[in-house]
Amino acid sequence: MAAGRRGAKRPLRAQTARRRGARRPQAAPLFRQTKARLSRPPRFPLQHQDKTVKAHRMELRVTDLACARGGLPLLDGLNFTVHPGEALVLRGPNGSGKTTLLRTLAGLQPALRGEISCPPEQMTYAAHADGLKSTLSVRENLAFWAAIHAAPGGDEGVTRAMAAMNLTDLADRQAHNLSAGQKRRLGLARLLVTGRWLWVLDEPTVSLDVASVALFASVVRGHLATGGAALLATHIDLGLDEAHTLDLTPFKASLPADPGFDEAFL
Amino acid sequence: MIALLLRDLKLALRAGGGFGLGLGFFLILAVLVPLGVGPDQTTLGLIAPGILWVGALLACLLSLDRLFALDFEDGSLDLLATSPIPLEGVVTAKALAHWLTTGLPLALAAPVLGILLNLPGPAYGPLMLSLLVGTPALSMIGAFGAALTVGLKRGGLLLSLLVLPLYVPTLVFGAQTVTRAAQGLDITTPLLLLGGITAGSVALLPFAAAFALRINLR
Repeated sequence: MAAGRRGAKRPLRAQTARRRGARRPQAAPLFRQTKARLSRPPRFPLQHQDKTVKAHRMELRVTDLACARGGLPLLDGLNFTVHPGEALVLRGPNGSGKTTLLRTLAGLQPALRGEISCPPEQMTYAAHADGLKSTLSVRENLAFWAAIHAAPGGDEGVTRAMAAMNLTDLADRQAHNLSAGQKRRLGLARLLVTGRWLWVLDEPTVSLDVASVALFASVVRGHLATGGAALLATHIDLGLDEAHTLDLTPFKASLPADPGFDEAFL
Repeated sequence: MIALLLRDLKLALRAGGGFGLGLGFFLILAVLVPLGVGPDQTTLGLIAPGILWVGALLACLLSLDRLFALDFEDGSLDLLATSPIPLEGVVTAKALAHWLTTGLPLALAAPVLGILLNLPGPAYGPLMLSLLVGTPALSMIGAFGAALTVGLKRGGLLLSLLVLPLYVPTLVFGAQTVTRAAQGLDITTPLLLLGGITAGSVALLPFAAAFALRINLR
């Protein structure tokens, strides 16, 4: 049944992913998964490697992915690919698993089943919490994340990111003096200083006003134009013409959870 | 990692960062004990090593529950987990920042407080030395406890219950070093054992703490 639904709903792009014959066993724990991702050899046959290696390196490929929240399977049978210059907008009602999917893709929780293939160290994640320190100024917050990611550009990159998100006037203001929308803009400006290729964004436009949403859309567009990619869960229309949309409703997991004895009592 | 260390130091030194909290606690404890025990100098000199070490240990514990909890609440921990720094490095940098803002000031202030407790003369050097060697273990073990309790509401109490038993070896050998020095005995053995505990904690616990963090982030 699940296979039929997947076949009918093949989303988005031509599915170049090879179908896996057998279902994979439960994914390895997070730390091993990360290591495996780092050391995984190219999956293409050798003769194709020269031509496809670049494309393969810069794409997010999700194959037969199932993910769970709190031991309860939410999504099953997800297949999609995100290429450079593309944005994928995830839609679905509250509780449909958008955040769970994004956290799984970001490597913060293990997948129940399936495979995520993404170049290592090329993804950055932005969630509901912006990760700001209230006693640091706008510039210090950004400079910290720039230093953590060892992004090229350094101070200049920070200045550019502040300009892009209209924060230059607030550069020396402490983060706890910012409004909710300004904090959000600062949180989104962080994406620019990470230098990462793929942005995984969970409702990035919450508490932004109309002008800031337009500003953010233009920043995303600029990121896509330079070969970046974005995966967004959002309820509003960003006005990104080049974005594909993926509705998560058909991928709702129908299998009952089998958490086992231990988990049921924890 | 250096950026993370510098940020944590900066945060600790800014308003509300909690720097000096442990030091203040240590000072108050060292002032209150003579008031409670009485002015008998022999008794004070006898219990001084133990009091100073217990005080340093509790002072370390004070700021531990904020070590990861603050980053967890504001989402920084999620972002750090997806950053190029491995979580083991994050744990190490944060534990080092905790030691620099708590353990190191305690070790430097301890001789002054030793005077209040009538610590015998030959024990001042070993007191500082033992605290310098022992407090990194306190920060590292504490970081492990903080990583275990990071997602919990009111995890601070549980953290104390988890961490204090693990502090026992450090306390025993640390206090023993000072006591032996006060009696004019050789301090090599307890000091070496103290150093061994610290080296073992620093080598192994970042991995355990990072593993606990990964589970708590799910």
